[in-house]
Amino acid sequence: MTTLAPPAVRVQEPTTAKSGRSGSVVWMAIPALLMFIAFGIIPLLGVIALSFTTWDGIGDIHPSGLTSWTAALKDPGLPHAIWVTFEIMILSWLVQTPISIMIGVFLAATKKYRGFLAVLYFVPLLLSSAAISITYKALLDPNFGLGAGFGVEWLKQDWLGDSTLAMGVLIFVVSWQYIPFHSLIYQGAVRQIPTSMYEASMIDGAGRIRQFFSITLPQIKYTIITSSTLMVVGSLTFFDLIYVLTGGGPGDSTRALALEMYQKGFMANLMGPASCIAVILVLSGVVLAQLLRRLGGRGDESMQEGV
Amino acid sequence: MATVTVSGKPAPSRRRSPLGRLLRLNWFGGALGWVWLFIVMIPIYWIIITSFKTQANYFITNTFAPPSDPTLANYKEVIENEIVRYFLNSVMVTVGAIVPAVLISFMAAYAIIRGIGNRFLRYTNSLFLMGLAIPLQAVIIPVYLIIIRLKLYDTLLAIVLPSIAFAIPLSVLVLSNFIRDVPKELFESMRMDGATEWGTLWRLAFPLTRPALVTVTIYNALGIWNGFLLPLVLTQSPDQRTIPLALVFFQGQFGVNTPAIAASVTLTTIPIVLLYAIGRRQLLSGLTAGFGK
Repeated sequence: MTTLAPPAVRVQEPTTAKSGRSGSVVWMAIPALLMFIAFGIIPLLGVIALSFTTWDGIGDIHPSGLTSWTAALKDPGLPHAIWVTFEIMILSWLVQTPISIMIGVFLAATKKYRGFLAVLYFVPLLLSSAAISITYKALLDPNFGLGAGFGVEWLKQDWLGDSTLAMGVLIFVVSWQYIPFHSLIYQGAVRQIPTSMYEASMIDGAGRIRQFFSITLPQIKYTIITSSTLMVVGSLTFFDLIYVLTGGGPGDSTRALALEMYQKGFMANLMGPASCIAVILVLSGVVLAQLLRRLGGRGDESMQEGV
Repeated sequence: MATVTVSGKPAPSRRRSPLGRLLRLNWFGGALGWVWLFIVMIPIYWIIITSFKTQANYFITNTFAPPSDPTLANYKEVIENEIVRYFLNSVMVTVGAIVPAVLISFMAAYAIIRGIGNRFLRYTNSLFLMGLAIPLQAVIIPVYLIIIRLKLYDTLLAIVLPSIAFAIPLSVLVLSNFIRDVPKELFESMRMDGATEWGTLWRLAFPLTRPALVTVTIYNALGIWNGFLLPLVLTQSPDQRTIPLALVFFQGQFGVNTPAIAASVTLTTIPIVLLYAIGRRQLLSGLTAGFGK
């Protein structure tokens, strides 16, 4: 998402198109609008509607009031899936954020290796979650994988066969895939900090740790919010990775909300309750994004900075 | 920017630029940066060397040792397993979605910028901005329903249509930010020359927006090429498999034949790496050429 988006602040020019003339461009927005309504907005409203129906995915759809909601909320699988999702969200944030900031600060300060590192750091972003999961599955084989390769006994564990270890592996693979991206975001933010601030603090005799906490961190506050929003909201929708890497297992120990929804809907043919889970997913995303925005104490700008 | 002091002798610290000083002292972040690079590279190195090992060789040699007897047999096996078909499917889906998605997003972005003040366009823009927050996973069930009703289930078009829709919000955002920076005088002089908005769109805005178009194309192409959920839910027969789905099936089919799995992963990643390599250069040249005149 390293876009070429220009800075958000600009002088508002008088509108070039008078309302009479703008009629000639309005139609140009119609194809995109129709396409987005058909496969974005209608499905969004549709999922809410479907959560009040009973449907097996093949036959007719029957309106059934709150039946699906009752079924979905009574299912002990739901609180478990919410807990797993929460666990993934918090743990992956805790692992990714400090490492990304640290690497970002480093990348911002080095000129020599920045280009080289940025190119290689980008590689995990090119790969599909399916390819990544398949690779890690093979690499974590207790007999022929990582452990055997490095000759380290500790690495020869049944990584995906134990629920705690499987969760650890999941967090690690998520971090492997996304830390480089967040490091690049932080790198961009740190480079925006005026050097004069460091100069001033140096004259005041501040050490580097002091500088990091009293200049760098406060200055990249909004980037931290942006990056955290991407991490937190993104973690709600981890599907491919979990589906291929652990399949939600062992048992149901890594079955997060998106996977729970898929299995309910497309494996158990309970589209009604699955739609309820989807609604919960959308709401959680919106609420979390808003909460994080409040935390930043600033509006839309925080979403644009540094990305 | 950091002024790199070539000699090792300590310069008076006031003279060195603060960021450079930070680098010198930020040994922890530096170490972490290189360690993380190592961690990033391990699986990539491993998957490539393993793809050239024979199966027997894989089991007896060290996991991280290069193949003692490199072979292309794994690639041959993967290619014999219909990978070409899956590959073409992915190409068709990606191209079939990207081209219309970028074009209609570009038109919409142009309209939104040129028609500032128009209420309909303002609402359209807000709708797209809101769309940034809709996760594909959450609406997959109604999308599935729509695709069945359109009788498109188990076709490549089923993957293409939602892919286009979900590429639109971010594309419009990026492209409209870019078009907004085109100097107003250029639009004005086009108008003086009697050009229509449609003509201005293609002859002025399109070439000037090329860097952003390339960015948007690459970003969306990556997402669609690597897409997993849409093919999983909207197709069924092996004929319609795209690459990520095919990889998962290979994994089941090849079982313990890790080198063959490694070859399938490597082979299917090459086009993306190429696209990225080409795109990076185009991105830079587009930036300089577009505004050089």
